[in-house]
Amino acid sequence: MPESQSPAISTPVSDQIMIDIQSLHKWYGAFHVLKDINLTVHKGERIVICGPSGSGKSTTIRCINRLEEYQRGRIVVDGEELSNDVQRIEHIRREVGMVFQHFNLFPHLTVLENCTLAPIWVRKLPRQEAEEIAMRYLTRVKIPEQASKYPGQLSGGQQQRVAIARSLCMNPKIMLFDEPTSALDPEMIKEVLDTMVALAEDGMTMLCVTHEMGFAKTVAHRVIFMDGGEIIEQNRPHEFFTHPQSERTKLFLSQILHH
Amino acid sequence: MTQPHIPHPDLPPPANAVGAIGWLRRHLFSSPANIALTALALYLLYALLPPVLNWAFFDATWRGDSREACSGQGGACWIFIRTHFAQFMYGFYPEAQRWRVDMLVLLLIFGVAPLFIRTVPAKLKRRLGLGLLIAFPIFAFVLMRGGILGLAAVETSSWGGLLLTLVIAGVGMTGALPLGVLLALGRRSTMPTIQALCVTFIELWRGVPLITVLFMSSVMLPLFLPAGLNFDKLLRALIGVTLFQAAYMAEVVRGGLQAIPKGQLEAAAALGLGYWKSMGLIVLPQALKLVIPGIVNTFIALFKDTSLVLIIGLFDLMNIVHNATTNPAWLGFSTEGYVFAAAVYWLFCFGMSRYSRNLEKRLHTGHQR
Repeated sequence: MPESQSPAISTPVSDQIMIDIQSLHKWYGAFHVLKDINLTVHKGERIVICGPSGSGKSTTIRCINRLEEYQRGRIVVDGEELSNDVQRIEHIRREVGMVFQHFNLFPHLTVLENCTLAPIWVRKLPRQEAEEIAMRYLTRVKIPEQASKYPGQLSGGQQQRVAIARSLCMNPKIMLFDEPTSALDPEMIKEVLDTMVALAEDGMTMLCVTHEMGFAKTVAHRVIFMDGGEIIEQNRPHEFFTHPQSERTKLFLSQILHH
Repeated sequence: MTQPHIPHPDLPPPANAVGAIGWLRRHLFSSPANIALTALALYLLYALLPPVLNWAFFDATWRGDSREACSGQGGACWIFIRTHFAQFMYGFYPEAQRWRVDMLVLLLIFGVAPLFIRTVPAKLKRRLGLGLLIAFPIFAFVLMRGGILGLAAVETSSWGGLLLTLVIAGVGMTGALPLGVLLALGRRSTMPTIQALCVTFIELWRGVPLITVLFMSSVMLPLFLPAGLNFDKLLRALIGVTLFQAAYMAEVVRGGLQAIPKGQLEAAAALGLGYWKSMGLIVLPQALKLVIPGIVNTFIALFKDTSLVLIIGLFDLMNIVHNATTNPAWLGFSTEGYVFAAAVYWLFCFGMSRYSRNLEKRLHTGHQR
């Protein structure tokens, strides 16, 4: 059993390891962006990663579904080790959902088509079944009435909720969130966070890069602080916010909490 | 005490800002320079339009069967066009066999029309489209070429006129677009060999004038082929035109591919879509929509470039019209001939242009961020 204590939302964390990152290194040319990252995520665990911009937090989670290549180290996702094999990468991506800062919805497809595309073409579901699943998730993110609209006709918050529904339609085992609220207007952040909290209540394994510290306190089992391509500190949310260990963490927290 | 806020009622816009008067003020008389340009345009219309209309319509000769009927009228002699019309359409295709071409044109019209009707189910459209792309060209070639099933053989060298123009343009367009898409994808490939091959192909073909390509295909190529092996001249021209235009198309499509944000590919990848599915379902539909103007531009250029086949001795619409104007019995009517040819070219090109605008409007899916 991992050490993590129950946050405000308590769902069980199992022994099963979902993601295992071992001494991960990555370079962009000569620039060493990730330096010896080690991270183990258990099934049902929710982790929030924060840190200043350029600290490598997005890069880290983008390595998990191989949107970024890495040069050294190994990543095992749900028992399968990432390699250069395209088939294996695609197989792992099917089980790992991702939500992006800029939503990245497909603008030429309707909301419903955005949600059914991958189930139909990747999971080979019949169209009707895929549409039923899509409507179920669109209802869960509270926008079933927008199903026939195009993404360009929706607000930012609605688009991000569609993006979450689109990922969920693939029935992923892990959800990665890459600054999901950073591109949103303030009044839309809450609707997206509410959706993510609801997902947490279902016991989804989640990795979130975010600066929403309220969200971190509510749902995270663990908060990880990264800087300069390294994991500086990780702790349970309460301890992390009340007793940060390193100077870098204290400085970072003072900057984002008191402005 | 706070008073409840009462919004102002909506007022109608000022009378001179809307309607016909508003339009005229905004577009024709908004500034002194604009007024001067409006006046100049009106004067040019007054000076140029009446003579053109007189020549083409009011003073023109429409009835009659010989050139004598045209003498002394001063206007255009459309009898020249009428007596040569069949030749302009079919070239030297034997008169007794022209029903084959007519039948194919009818078949094509009935095959293509449902594709443009929105209520036809997508499944039927897909089948029809595939049939038109694969089965129709083979069937059309067999029927037009003949030589089997009791059909008299008609050598491709006697195909001509608008028929030949449409054959070259049609084959060129349907061949160049998919080939261009593949070349564009290849040029952006991460595999160095494929990339190098595509870049070489594109730069080689784009760097040579079409006229050279056609000339090479008809004069040079036979020198390299073993004696006795002889490709059809039309076939060589078709391959030349298709590959040439594919190189241009590749660069147009590449422009579209570059405009698609990286996030689209990442989102597709994150959902587990492989390369071809990402390209076919996500990137290409968006990229091709963006470059519709460029694609149609290339199509229009291709349509008009078909007239270059005259240098290898094929009689397309332009060349057959030219040929008719040198007919000793009908000397002196080249203006009518070229005006007619220009009108036919314009009709097709304008049609393509309108259709592309319509397509762009229909594919527009709301404002993008």
